[in-house]
Amino acid sequence: MRILGISGSLRRDSHNTKLLRAAAELVPDGVELELWDRLRQVPPYDQDEDLEPAPPAVAALRGALAGADAVLFATPEYNTSVPGQLKNAIDWASRPPRTNPLRNTPTAVIGASTGAFGAVWSQQELRKVLRSLGARVLDEGIAVRHADRQFDVEGRLTDEVLLEELRAVVGALVGSVRERGLVAA
Amino acid sequence: MNTLAQTTQALPTGTWEADAAHSRAEFAVEYMGGTFRGAFSPFEARLAVAEDGTATLSGVARAESVRVQNEDLEAHLLSPEFFDAERTPELTFRTTDIRRSGETVDVDGELVVHGRPQQVHLTGAVRGPIEAYGQERISLTLEATVDRTAFGLNWNAPLGDGTPALANDVLLTAELYLVKR
Repeated sequence: MRILGISGSLRRDSHNTKLLRAAAELVPDGVELELWDRLRQVPPYDQDEDLEPAPPAVAALRGALAGADAVLFATPEYNTSVPGQLKNAIDWASRPPRTNPLRNTPTAVIGASTGAFGAVWSQQELRKVLRSLGARVLDEGIAVRHADRQFDVEGRLTDEVLLEELRAVVGALVGSVRERGLVAA
Repeated sequence: MNTLAQTTQALPTGTWEADAAHSRAEFAVEYMGGTFRGAFSPFEARLAVAEDGTATLSGVARAESVRVQNEDLEAHLLSPEFFDAERTPELTFRTTDIRRSGETVDVDGELVVHGRPQQVHLTGAVRGPIEAYGQERISLTLEATVDRTAFGLNWNAPLGDGTPALANDVLLTAELYLVKR
């Protein structure tokens, strides 16, 4: 089983990217979580450019999503919402609506912010967007508050409670894939 | 009771199937101050009336056959947020009771949408049978109002004043032109 991890932050030392790396350490046997690292290369959505062949980074994104059994998004919160570059990439991925690679795909949203709420509004908005384009979005998520204090110098998530919450989200995502019945184990 | 009255109290014996070209199964729901309408096309419906007068009306539609006037909205309706066509690909209906009185008809039945069965009551009109070019035909029109949330179709979004954009009550209408097999 393959889970694709997409961080909504482009920053080198992104808390959300670290959070996805922490999630990758918590997947059960037989499951791999691979981070998609080409978000920066996705051009601005332009319907005039939404043709075949798609721009290379868009084709890569669509291919990576199509090859994944599940997707785990980790998003920061910019102005109470989803970072523009992440939303832009999702807009590319959502076309064409009836056959986009996120349709029916088990998807979970988690988030981290340096504030007191852990990107909860952004997570909520991202779930809304993903549901509207047909993804099978889990209600489960985690909000990593004060993210600048939650990772050690090597970028590892240290809080035991958060680690358990993250393990539960990953477990629910794996369960959703198995429930969908397209993967044997 | 005279012969005419007896005739109009019973549905005509036989197996009757919906003529796809002339039948419709539609829904209408209030949305943002207007009415949003859609249909299922194609769909199948069959009325079976036994010699003893026992009648069963049944129908089935694929979720994928939902038709609204926008491709993006159709895709949204098929998603897990609405009909979840991947998990629950069919919508079905089957009567538990049909009562005819003259040209009016009362129907009780079980409607399954989104995998959830609900008892519904429909009312309508029946005409016929008539014979047209070698075919016996009956017209049956039915309608019912159902609460979509009873089927787990819970999507909504608040308008600026906080009221929900989409109503819960959905008007279902069926116009069936049934041909005797």
